[in-house]
Amino acid sequence: MNEFSVLVGGRAGDGINEAGILIARIFNQLGYHLFQYYDYPSLVRGGHNFSIVRASKKKIGAHCDNVDFILALNQDTIDRHEERLKEGGLLICDSVEVKSDVPKSIGFPLKEIVEEADAPLVARNTCLIGAFCKAAGINWDVLEIVLRKEIPKEIEANLKVARKGYDEAEEQVKAEMFDHPCCPVITGNEIVGLGLLRGDLDAYVAYPMTPSSGVLHSLAGYADNFSIKVVHPENEIAAILMALGFAYAGKMVATGTSGGGFCLMNEGFSLAGMAELPIVVVMAQRPGPSTGVPTYTTQSDLHFVMNAGQGEFTRLVIAPGDAEQTYFWAAFALKLAWEYQAQVVLLTDKALGESAYNLDLDQVEVMAKADPALWSNEGSYNRYATSETGVSPMAFPPQKGQAIKVNSYAHLESGITTEDPVVVTKNQDKLLLKEKSLIAGLKKYPTVNVYGNAQARTALLCWGSNKGVCAELGEKLGLRVVQPVVLNPFPAEKFQEAIKGAEKVISVENNSTGQLARLVQGRGFSVDETILKYDGRPFSVEDLDQKLKVVTI
Amino acid sequence: MSPQKLATDAEITWCPGCGNFAILNSIKPVLLELDEDGTLPLENVVLVSGIGCHAKIVDYIGANSFYSIHGRTIPVATGIKLANPDLTVICFAGDGDAYAEGLSHLIFAAKRNVDITTIIHDNRVYGLTTGQYTPTSPTGFKGKSTPDGLDVLPFNPLGLVFNSGGTFVSRGYSHGIDLLKEIFKEAILHRGFSFVDVLQVCVTFFNMYSYYNQHVYRLEDHDPLDRDMAREKIEEWDYNSESPIPLGIFYEEEAQTYGDNFLKYDLKDVDREQEIMRILERYI
Repeated sequence: MNEFSVLVGGRAGDGINEAGILIARIFNQLGYHLFQYYDYPSLVRGGHNFSIVRASKKKIGAHCDNVDFILALNQDTIDRHEERLKEGGLLICDSVEVKSDVPKSIGFPLKEIVEEADAPLVARNTCLIGAFCKAAGINWDVLEIVLRKEIPKEIEANLKVARKGYDEAEEQVKAEMFDHPCCPVITGNEIVGLGLLRGDLDAYVAYPMTPSSGVLHSLAGYADNFSIKVVHPENEIAAILMALGFAYAGKMVATGTSGGGFCLMNEGFSLAGMAELPIVVVMAQRPGPSTGVPTYTTQSDLHFVMNAGQGEFTRLVIAPGDAEQTYFWAAFALKLAWEYQAQVVLLTDKALGESAYNLDLDQVEVMAKADPALWSNEGSYNRYATSETGVSPMAFPPQKGQAIKVNSYAHLESGITTEDPVVVTKNQDKLLLKEKSLIAGLKKYPTVNVYGNAQARTALLCWGSNKGVCAELGEKLGLRVVQPVVLNPFPAEKFQEAIKGAEKVISVENNSTGQLARLVQGRGFSVDETILKYDGRPFSVEDLDQKLKVVTI
Repeated sequence: MSPQKLATDAEITWCPGCGNFAILNSIKPVLLELDEDGTLPLENVVLVSGIGCHAKIVDYIGANSFYSIHGRTIPVATGIKLANPDLTVICFAGDGDAYAEGLSHLIFAAKRNVDITTIIHDNRVYGLTTGQYTPTSPTGFKGKSTPDGLDVLPFNPLGLVFNSGGTFVSRGYSHGIDLLKEIFKEAILHRGFSFVDVLQVCVTFFNMYSYYNQHVYRLEDHDPLDRDMAREKIEEWDYNSESPIPLGIFYEEEAQTYGDNFLKYDLKDVDREQEIMRILERYI
């Protein structure tokens, strides 16, 4: 077998996400490509959490509904997911907790086993994973390598628990072995953090909000390694304003939040627009309005971020769709922010941020360092000096004999306030000119991607986290898949090129109104159908496959 | 260097007799003095203002500045300080700014003891929006939004900052430049969160000159290091009742400041790409 899907389920606090990652890392050792979808409600203990790990010979970016194995710590898991188990699939479960008439199953008295081994309760997973490895024909050595790496505490006891599962299970299939581990298995949020670091991030200021908090946590964890300043202030308003303080002082900075927090950041975002302070906001979408469905996914804030904050200034909106794009564009967002003194939204979502992927850095374009326009140290400094590009050279305090003045008000070149109609017009024209320069600058970068059959007459439109599932089905069904990564200012020329000759255009989105469809229609492109999903869950491969059959027939 | 040296081309648009002039005319000589004696080079100073009459002050001083938005001076100033600890950051904020729109930031800045100075132009009325009550307006205040008179008590902002952990708590008055200069200088030199509430009179919407002149006095025989004595003096006037109004430095304390832990990051040079590769190894 060379493609597997494995579901692990239990209560919050049972280490379900970690169990999924362990399974992913085991497959990684065998040279598979990975994707993990993690589903959890908004609570700390109890409830039902599950992970679906998909391992494949080819690069993947989506999960499957139907699974080969279910690892169930509790009854809930089998009650909810039994129908996902493929014919001949195996249930591996806690024999005390779970009663089931699934034809093929193996059970273990997990509590007893961990007690006997003197292991912590959370090690129950390890027994199931041990049994799974045996059943999938994976060598014990592989499992031991991964466990030793991933479980720093009480490893011997954990190994004992795993061994018990391994020894008692029977081999059902033989997992093919490929080469060697391709690359790290890592979540989208962690990739955002590493991408920002690659882009020379100096500081990250954020208030926790699901599903963006993973970025804050990982950067806080790396602060010492990279010598960066990570600040968690009193609220999102303070977060973006502090970030702008960092930017004024010459530090490359980002903040991150979800929709509700970004509502609070809007005034600061608009301030950045007027004062021309470079800022990157990681905006991880979750279903709204308001609190919505906090730990689930959506793509419903595209038009919100494109129009965030009062007044007319350019909101550069970038929505990466896979691991490599996320790494590249997180770094690149900082570069663009500093080169164009731009206000950038890196638009992600729960599915992108909290799923785990292989990150293959060999597939990421080489990036040059940011090259912002800096003051030449000659004459007297004017923060908003006129230039051909609309971008004024920056200087940062201290500069002897100079006053570096930024302003939220309409301002003279010096940064001093004015309400003069001629200068007010000039201020606005400067921002428009800067947008033109930005659009020109973006031309040499992959702002629109095409997957599948580039000549096909039927084209799927997608953005953000749907890239994975669309690209896979585009390949399989011979469809053209067009993914704009930069959504504002819209890369119309590249999009035109990508969509040329398509006779039927279908927009696939995780929202109820077709926000990308509306965006491209507004630019004069036609969209014939939409496939919309807005239950907070990402499309699975089967799910979209079926829906596509309906509209493409 | 004369105070003219700090002037800009901007036309000053405050009302004649506005208390903001006293703040402007106090801060400029203090900054020049500190620059001249080498204590604090002017280029290391960053002024931050909010929105309102007070905020125009940064247009009138030829120094680094960040003219921010209503209520948000303190987080901007905090960001600048954390980014570059060599800078001295001074916030100018109105009472509407710091005590209404941005109150949470004030309390958190005091709690963290971030090393910035905050000067409040406390005229106890919204001036630029033409006369509404603020958090320090007295009960009964008849403003445009409370024509029948305000029916709630004001804050005592000194008490708020003191109880939140501020390590420099003081009050000045716009009629009395010498004392203002003295307080500003000490506030700027204090390492930690310095708070100056300036009773700054709005001649147009809430002219308190004669009331203040009758009630203010300068703290004497006061030990700002004595927390109990400070509390007693802070509570002497509640911004509402008729009572003597003490002016001066009420409290001063040396303590660890926010961002001290970040200092270690200012010198370290890291090969980013190599470090990322090292981290990713762990994820294989």
